[in-house]
Amino acid sequence: MTDAAVAITRTVDARGSFCPGPLMELIRAIRESQVGDVIAVYSSDKGSKTDIPKWVEKAGHRLVSLETSDGYDVIVVEKLR
Amino acid sequence: MQRILILGGGVGGTLTANLLVKKLRARIDRGEVGLSVVDLTGQHVYQPGFMYIAMGGERAANLQRPERSLLDKRVTLVIGEVARIDVDHQVVTLTDGRPLGYDQLVLATGSRIVPETIEHFDTEAQHFYTAEAAARLRVALDRFAGGRIVIGIAGMPYKCPPAPLEVAFLIEAELRQRDLRDRTTIDYCSPIGRAFTIESVSEMATPILAEKGIELHTFFNVEAIDAERKVVQSLEGEELPYDLLILVPPHKGQQFLMDSGLAPAPGGWLPTDRATLQVGGRPNVYALGDATDLPLSKAGSTAHFEAPVVTERIVAAIEGRGVDHKHGDYLGKVMCFFEVGDGKGTLLQFDYNHPPRPPKPNQIWHLGKIVFNKTYWHTVPKGRV
Ligand SMILES: Cc1cc2nc3c(=O)[nH]c(=O)nc-3n(C[C@H](O)[C@H](O)[C@H](O)COP(=O)(O)OP(=O)(O)OC[C@H]3O[C@@H](n4cnc5c(N)ncnc54)[C@H](O)[C@@H]3O)c2cc1C
Repeated sequence: MTDAAVAITRTVDARGSFCPGPLMELIRAIRESQVGDVIAVYSSDKGSKTDIPKWVEKAGHRLVSLETSDGYDVIVVEKLR
Repeated sequence: MQRILILGGGVGGTLTANLLVKKLRARIDRGEVGLSVVDLTGQHVYQPGFMYIAMGGERAANLQRPERSLLDKRVTLVIGEVARIDVDHQVVTLTDGRPLGYDQLVLATGSRIVPETIEHFDTEAQHFYTAEAAARLRVALDRFAGGRIVIGIAGMPYKCPPAPLEVAFLIEAELRQRDLRDRTTIDYCSPIGRAFTIESVSEMATPILAEKGIELHTFFNVEAIDAERKVVQSLEGEELPYDLLILVPPHKGQQFLMDSGLAPAPGGWLPTDRATLQVGGRPNVYALGDATDLPLSKAGSTAHFEAPVVTERIVAAIEGRGVDHKHGDYLGKVMCFFEVGDGKGTLLQFDYNHPPRPPKPNQIWHLGKIVFNKTYWHTVPKGRV
């Protein structure tokens, strides 16, 4: 699912974050980014795989890729608005 | 002489200073080590009490004590505002121009609220993140005679993640007691897809919200306030009308940390190693408490469990020995009480590898929080718990 053409602007390592959690780390990064920026979130929280895509859809951004490696997920999101 | 300089006399700075004295007393007394704390006001404020100004009859005067009275007499207290840090020359400069050199630096300047970053926040929204704002919220609640209450979060990260849920539960209980519940709707806006970031806590809180008739709106990150139409709008594109709007204000790290090139704008959170608490890979600069960028609760409890780690690392450096990793590595430990209203509470305890398993809410944990609030001055800052 990786989109090789997309360059990651910022990486958020939210592994081990239960509170406030990887989705909030992503939202914080989105707020601090420019339209067109691409953010990679590392998460070891099982919920992120479902939560983050749901939020990305509701908030009108783009899910670039979602991959699991070494017990954590890497979720890549492009800020669209 | 080895100079240890701590910036910020809040929970993290005060506790670290007193723990360092315990370990380095003889060296300080011999004049080999100097230990100073710089604080803006010289007054130590117990912020968790703000919620009780709004909800529980607490008074601002009980929540403040002179920092001097909490610090060991071996610690020099400098009252002043930090303007800049020059890490290359190991000098901190205050706004009045005073330079303070250091060999070991601890950054414990907490977070600040920036409600002004949201238009109309000051005139439309209530909050409880300062003593004054909490007193204003109390007045607004006293005047409230029914209508639509919206409780939400206007920026991440913020201090004490459970606080807005606690306030929702406490307000609901109060309105029931005042016979206003039938005339009131309460909307709770969660920034994520469930009631609370931690799943186990969410599982505990969601049925309580339902039982209390508080409507949960998920994925609602407060973005703007339309003062004319009295609606609050989300980053995700939804809006909710309100009569009484209670919002957690946006937070930032301190401006001087950004000006000194230590913390990136716009957040101003210090890039901190999750285990060593060193900032930006520098061996002699540490951060703890709200000032860090760690993906953890901004809570006094976090600072409380980080302070021994910073202490062990600085003591090891001064004694010229290796770090004892049992005490010198932070594992992400946090512990918070959580009020659910009607005299009940629970406890959230977790670390990087273990999510919390909150016990069923009962009176014990509510009383635990009350006792903790009352005994704070004699325990936490002095390193007695
Ligand atoms: C309503 C509310 C409820 C809360 N409830 C809880 C709870 O139940 N449990 C819990 O664990 N935590 C709770 N907290 C959070 C807790 O109060 C903070 O997380 C904690 O105080 C952080 O400690 P700190 O040492 O990092 O910063 P602080 O305690 O905020 O101290 C920072 C210090 O740095 C000083 N400073 C800042 N800038 C400068 C400068 N430029 N120069 C000199 N000095 C400076 C400040 O004056 C201050 O004294 C709550 C907070 C609020 C607001």
